[in-house]
Amino acid sequence: MFDWLQDLSDWLIYSVFTIAQSSKLGDALHFFVYDTIKILILLFLITTVMGIVNSYFPVDKIRNYLSRNKLFGLEYLFASTFGAITPFCSCSSVPLFIGFVKGGIPLGVTFAFLITSPLVNEVAIALFIGMFGLKATLIYVSSGIILGMFGGFILGKLKLEKYLSPWVQGVLANASKEDDLEEEKQTFSQRLPFIFKEALSIIKGVFWYIIIGIGIGAMMHGFIPTGFFENYISKDNPFAVPIAVILGVPMYSNAAGVLPIIQVFVQKGIPIGTAIAFMMAVVGLSIPEATMLKKVMTWKLIAIFFGVVAFFIILSGYMFNLIL
Amino acid sequence: MKTIKILGTGCAKCKATEQAVKDAIAKNNIDATVEKVEDIQQIMEYNILSTPAVVVDEIVKIKGKVPSEAEIVEALS
Repeated sequence: MFDWLQDLSDWLIYSVFTIAQSSKLGDALHFFVYDTIKILILLFLITTVMGIVNSYFPVDKIRNYLSRNKLFGLEYLFASTFGAITPFCSCSSVPLFIGFVKGGIPLGVTFAFLITSPLVNEVAIALFIGMFGLKATLIYVSSGIILGMFGGFILGKLKLEKYLSPWVQGVLANASKEDDLEEEKQTFSQRLPFIFKEALSIIKGVFWYIIIGIGIGAMMHGFIPTGFFENYISKDNPFAVPIAVILGVPMYSNAAGVLPIIQVFVQKGIPIGTAIAFMMAVVGLSIPEATMLKKVMTWKLIAIFFGVVAFFIILSGYMFNLIL
Repeated sequence: MKTIKILGTGCAKCKATEQAVKDAIAKNNIDATVEKVEDIQQIMEYNILSTPAVVVDEIVKIKGKVPSEAEIVEALS
């Protein structure tokens, strides 16, 4: 699919800029041009597809569906999957959380949504396809959804309602089933301009992260020798995954900034499971998110939430290392 | 005169929305006051799931996106 782009980057770097083909600079620049264009194309495709899905399944509809239907345990799977298809904006996580609680959706199901939402989203998927291929993407998406499902289920079993902020407990006591929504009746062609506009605004929002991420990745690609990291994080070190997760939790970046760097880690010898566990910890759990959640939860609940999610991220890291 | 409230916890999109609304009413000579609501408890009284949101005379008109000028004018008419 991207052969033409390979040729284009070859031509641009080696013929137009006349940089020697095997030089470090040539390697780095080629990587940068090729990856940036490929990622931007994929990003546009995926955000548009996700935009179409979202236009027909807005988050309000999802909430009402979860609030009204008895799903016999499947609600965790649904909430987690919905979390994957809705676009993630960290500033929306608190209103979303309260909105779900208000609609009478159990806390564990709400957590399932909240765990998957930042882990699996259109930006992460586009970058993942571009960098690791379809198979790895499918495994990533399904393990993200499974992780949200189990994490939510366990958190639900722990009876954590008493650790919510007092005003949220008030909301919980007055929770009620949601009323019907006014359905927006628009044809596909009426929706499309808005979907494109949204897709472009998502790309605009992550554009510089991607450029900087790929820039750093390109430099590492050109200048760090293959196998370099293995000296520090050996493949056989059984603690590599938990160490990567513990390092990743306090850091914060979105998928767009961290994935290009992760790709280079993997090329230079870090096992993919360890790298992905690190990325999940960076993207899914962070200090800014904790401070945001402080508005609705006590520190104790935040600590339990982070602990359970980190545990499952470590598990999936080991799993990735085994199967990929 | 209309009372417009911008609901948002202070993220970039919320600030963009506030600016867009102010620009739209200035440009179209609409008589309205604009108020920013940042307190999450107050925001949640409007029963929205995603911010930013634009509330006109206590009715939620736009939610979850930065509106265009045309959308703002329509919400105010």
